[in-house]
Amino acid sequence: MTLLSVEGLTIDLPPGADRRHAVEDVTFALEREEILCVVGESGSGKSMTAHAIMGLLPKAVTVSSGAIRHHGTDVLSLPEKQQRALRGGRISMIFQEPMTALNPLMRVGDQIDEVLRYHTQLDRAARRARVVELLASVGLPEPEHLRRSYPFRLSGGQRQRVMIAMALAVQPDVLIADEPTTALDVTTQKQILDLIREVQATRHMGVMFITHDFGVVAEIAHRVAVMQHGRVVEIGRAADVLNRPQHPYTRQLISAVPHLIEHRADFARAGAPLLKAEGVSKTFHLGGGLFRPAKTVVAGEDISLEIHPGETVGLVGESGSGKSTLGRSVVGLIRPEKGRILFDGTDLLALSRRQFRPWRKHVQMVFQDPYASLNPRHTVGDIITQGPVAFGEDRRTAMDKARRTLELVGLDASALTRFPHEFSGGQRQRISIARALALEPKLLVADEPVSALDVSVQAQVLDLLEELRHRLNLSMLFITHDLRVAAQVCDTIAVMQRGRIVEIGPARDVFSTPRHAYTRQLLDAIPGKAWSIPEDLTPVRRRGMAS
Amino acid sequence: MNADFWHAYARNKGAVVGLVFLALVVALAALADVLFPGSPWDMATAPFQPPLSDDAPLGSDTLGRDIASGIAHGARVSLLIGLTSTLVAVLIGVLLGAVAGFYGGRVDDAVMRFTELFQTIPNFVLAVVLVAIFTPSITSIVLAIAIVSWPPLARLARAEFMSLRTREFVQAAVTTGQSNATIILRQILPNSLSPIIVSASLMVATAILLESSLSFLGLGDPNMMSWGYMVGAARTVIRQAWWMSFFPGVAILLTVLALNLVGEGLNDAMNPKMARRGRA
Repeated sequence: MTLLSVEGLTIDLPPGADRRHAVEDVTFALEREEILCVVGESGSGKSMTAHAIMGLLPKAVTVSSGAIRHHGTDVLSLPEKQQRALRGGRISMIFQEPMTALNPLMRVGDQIDEVLRYHTQLDRAARRARVVELLASVGLPEPEHLRRSYPFRLSGGQRQRVMIAMALAVQPDVLIADEPTTALDVTTQKQILDLIREVQATRHMGVMFITHDFGVVAEIAHRVAVMQHGRVVEIGRAADVLNRPQHPYTRQLISAVPHLIEHRADFARAGAPLLKAEGVSKTFHLGGGLFRPAKTVVAGEDISLEIHPGETVGLVGESGSGKSTLGRSVVGLIRPEKGRILFDGTDLLALSRRQFRPWRKHVQMVFQDPYASLNPRHTVGDIITQGPVAFGEDRRTAMDKARRTLELVGLDASALTRFPHEFSGGQRQRISIARALALEPKLLVADEPVSALDVSVQAQVLDLLEELRHRLNLSMLFITHDLRVAAQVCDTIAVMQRGRIVEIGPARDVFSTPRHAYTRQLLDAIPGKAWSIPEDLTPVRRRGMAS
Repeated sequence: MNADFWHAYARNKGAVVGLVFLALVVALAALADVLFPGSPWDMATAPFQPPLSDDAPLGSDTLGRDIASGIAHGARVSLLIGLTSTLVAVLIGVLLGAVAGFYGGRVDDAVMRFTELFQTIPNFVLAVVLVAIFTPSITSIVLAIAIVSWPPLARLARAEFMSLRTREFVQAAVTTGQSNATIILRQILPNSLSPIIVSASLMVATAILLESSLSFLGLGDPNMMSWGYMVGAARTVIRQAWWMSFFPGVAILLTVLALNLVGEGLNDAMNPKMARRGRA
């Protein structure tokens, strides 16, 4: 009998939403001994489906038809009490953000113990032994000691392991994982993926794994279901879907996946560097006050870097490696305590705030979050012209220029009078780019400009940046945690770890013959590196770049 | 104000009632001279006339002054003092809070210690002392009320500025070369206004109560008829002539209630995410 089957599931959205159904007529089956990946972009209904199985739907949303069968029994028709016993018992779930999924005020051991208390008859001592055994089984060190820790003491990866231990506490046969590695660094992601695969195999479970990342799919899926606008558009064996996608949407998604191997020409450096950082160091002092010492975090130590006119330098590293700190130091949002940042020969760090101002025009920044980086109360026209107006341009000329800048980034001039909330994430990021370009900068610092975007939108924004830098001969400092993205746009790659640049060189060399152990570790952790995008889908969109 | 805003506001029925009542009070204050010509201090009829008597629909007081006329003219004083003192308090509070929250560090420390200085002194006692020192007049009462009520606004504005300052659109404004004044006034302030407006609307109610309490203690402006004064003057005869303190008291109660309802409605309309669910 099928382990878990979803049959004709339709979930209604409350009236007034942008579409009628969150999920429409979704049918799929999950067998024992398999990992089913459900892939889709944001709003495709993949999380909604999982939440329906777990009974976690928001009040305003209702299942209007269909069935969810676990070993043949319809879960939704069971009385509330039996549903509860099933969820957390036979079917369990892990979430994207382990910090918010764990109770911050409870020791992790007690949180697992709680699950055992509700679902088993074990006595205190037996439960305690089980907790230690579970923590050990998910690869946590010193489980006896770790059991008494609070969640904030653990790293992101450790917290996710605790979540998995908790999910496994009562020997479930179905595990639902909702983007469990999205909030993690790439090396941690690899470990968690390995763990999920191992746990699934040893316990003969069925895993429903929700993700937006085709790399992750290639890494762990046995079967794949692709969702779009609340419908399953394609479902099949992983090898088939990944290598011979049938549905146009799947083909579009796969062709948008950033991939590592790019045959781009080496960048020929010419002339003096536009930006030169020398021995930049920055230490943050957190907390602390009159009576207690501050905690220090080294975000930059002796960083040196050069960017030549027209060159794009990629700064890659995991969270906390100090890549954003360097980017923000260049645009003058953070003041490093040591070192020099020379722009066209002038040391920006030696300037006072007032003296720095004329240089701001030449160095502009594109931010990560397109929702937070635009003032919600200003029109797009205001947002774009505020910079030029601050530099003394009159409003009318600035508006005319803003119109042309908008066209340059692929938006209609009618956007000028509208507000940011009327645009999608990708369009907002274009507005953000237009704002930076309005000042006609020589150097653009892009801090994770595509990491908040869906993969197909991500590809479009990357293409836009690529096109702009050639058209305007821009230099770019491109900060990203995603090596695949860096491989697509960067001429030079600098790998950062704990505030230091451990390796720097032409992109092709860094990717093909990494010298530093950490770079190799990062490259090795890229999900789905064994899979290459099918030939007929390798995008033609970057033809301008190949030599 | 757009249609969405009114739609969200109108969902809270109590707030609509409050707004209507408040509009009536404003109309009463505006038309006081037309409805009740002449000074409210003048004797209009015999003293101790009960309500519904011929020349005094709400009765007259110990000196034969018309209570209804006193309430109409008193509405002016209450609203005037409530609004202006709140305005002054908002100006002081937002200015200090904005500076503290935006610049942080030592500036923040200095401003916050200054604010705490005011918060440690009981509000009403400070107001009484200030009015007593500067002799009671409309100006000194407004200032005294403003001085005791700005600290919570300063804290609120500071918290808003602190969180908004780190937002990316503010950093973008810094990198596009906008001055601090522009950033404070054009980027951050409009985004921090909703909670400030909501608490200011509630503060008008508190200010009216404070003014009434001051007048009750005989610290009101001696040239202005006010609700608090009327309640205070009638307290000695409360057993013989209940109407003298009852009607002005009801006026205070209903106006303050209306202001609170309006404040709540504004809160629901401006912070839709935090609006409490399940209310008609």
